[in-house]
Amino acid sequence: MGFKYLKGVAALKLDRDKCIGCGMCGTVCPHAVFTISDNKARINDIDLCMECGACSMNCPVSALTVRKGVGCAYAVLMGMFSGNKDGEGPSCGGSGCCG
Amino acid sequence: MALCCGENQILSTSLTIKDRLGSWKARWGIGRMDHSMEPGLYAVGIPDEDSPVLVTSNYKMTVDRVRENLGGRDLWLMVLDTEGINVWCAAGKGTFGTEELVSRIDETGLRGKVTHRELILPQLGATGVSAHEARKRSGFKVIYGPVRAEDIPYFLDNRLTLKADMRKVRFTIFDRLVLTPVEFVIAMELMLKVFGAMAILSALGILPVERADYLGLMGATFMGTFISPLLLPWIPGRAFSLKGMVTGLVWAISAVLFLFLRGNANWLQFFSYMLILPSLSAFFTMNFTGSSTYTSLSGVEKEMKAALPLIIAALTAGILIRIVSYFI
Repeated sequence: MGFKYLKGVAALKLDRDKCIGCGMCGTVCPHAVFTISDNKARINDIDLCMECGACSMNCPVSALTVRKGVGCAYAVLMGMFSGNKDGEGPSCGGSGCCG
Repeated sequence: MALCCGENQILSTSLTIKDRLGSWKARWGIGRMDHSMEPGLYAVGIPDEDSPVLVTSNYKMTVDRVRENLGGRDLWLMVLDTEGINVWCAAGKGTFGTEELVSRIDETGLRGKVTHRELILPQLGATGVSAHEARKRSGFKVIYGPVRAEDIPYFLDNRLTLKADMRKVRFTIFDRLVLTPVEFVIAMELMLKVFGAMAILSALGILPVERADYLGLMGATFMGTFISPLLLPWIPGRAFSLKGMVTGLVWAISAVLFLFLRGNANWLQFFSYMLILPSLSAFFTMNFTGSSTYTSLSGVEKEMKAALPLIIAALTAGILIRIVSYFI
């Protein structure tokens, strides 16, 4: 069964000019967002992206950018109260969930 | 042969009853934050200088899942210090990360144990580890293995290749089921405080709280933390809060109908339940986004911006109406 979350929100960008087609993004992406064809990566379905950041982290030529963060309401809620570090998304931590 | 296993602890590939009990307790939130083990380099079987090196987190449940899939094999297991957190969450926080990986290689003296320069990491560790960066800094090539430990044997037996679906996270009904106890336990920590406050108000004679109020809230909590996660793909809507509202509404209607059939005709009470119970369920279901395997930060923020004000407004209005209903 394919799970899909909200449409048109994922902040994932691929710079195809920089891409060298190494395929690393396709390897690390847990939702098969990428396919590699003609030695370039291509985004299949951006709505499958959960912004985990694995692709941008492992792209050797920085062709991928993503607003990395955890899709966790609890973390967002805690972030609202404690205030986020600038530009940085909420992370797991504190008591409660991921520790 | 000779290299092993002086200072390296040997890990068994079979789990004891104590191991299984430990996993079960962690699932219920009992000692979950202390369910960890010592980071370092462990031997599985009798590894030598050519044996593969697997890397994992020091959440004990994770190590258990890995080692129970390594029966009959000789290899090294390097356990990173992730503060007792599983691979994916730790990678998200960065504790399962390039820095820790590189320093753990140094600390364990891995270079002296193996002659090759390859590490097999769980795919979900890629959120925290940069393979090219790690190679630059340590000389070790990072190879990403499968998402799930159960696919490690296939990976090792097929020249480090995988079938496409072994690279994807799933979220089966069983995956969701095992996550519900801790959702329920965490929600109940909050609800017990609410029930306590209600009981005090009742004991002081300020509000004549009824048994139906407790049961209604319990039901909504159960809907939000158990029924919604379990039935997730079949409940209409994409936003988790919407799904939770649906299950909560089903519960609210059932509760109201039950009370009505038993002769209760307090319409304000019914109305308050229709506001409170779906909101509560929506809130708890929304929190399940953190346990799900496919929600994004941007999506959760968008959902919360719309849902949270509605939840707060409906809860407040519902509580006020319920208070009024006690006295009419």
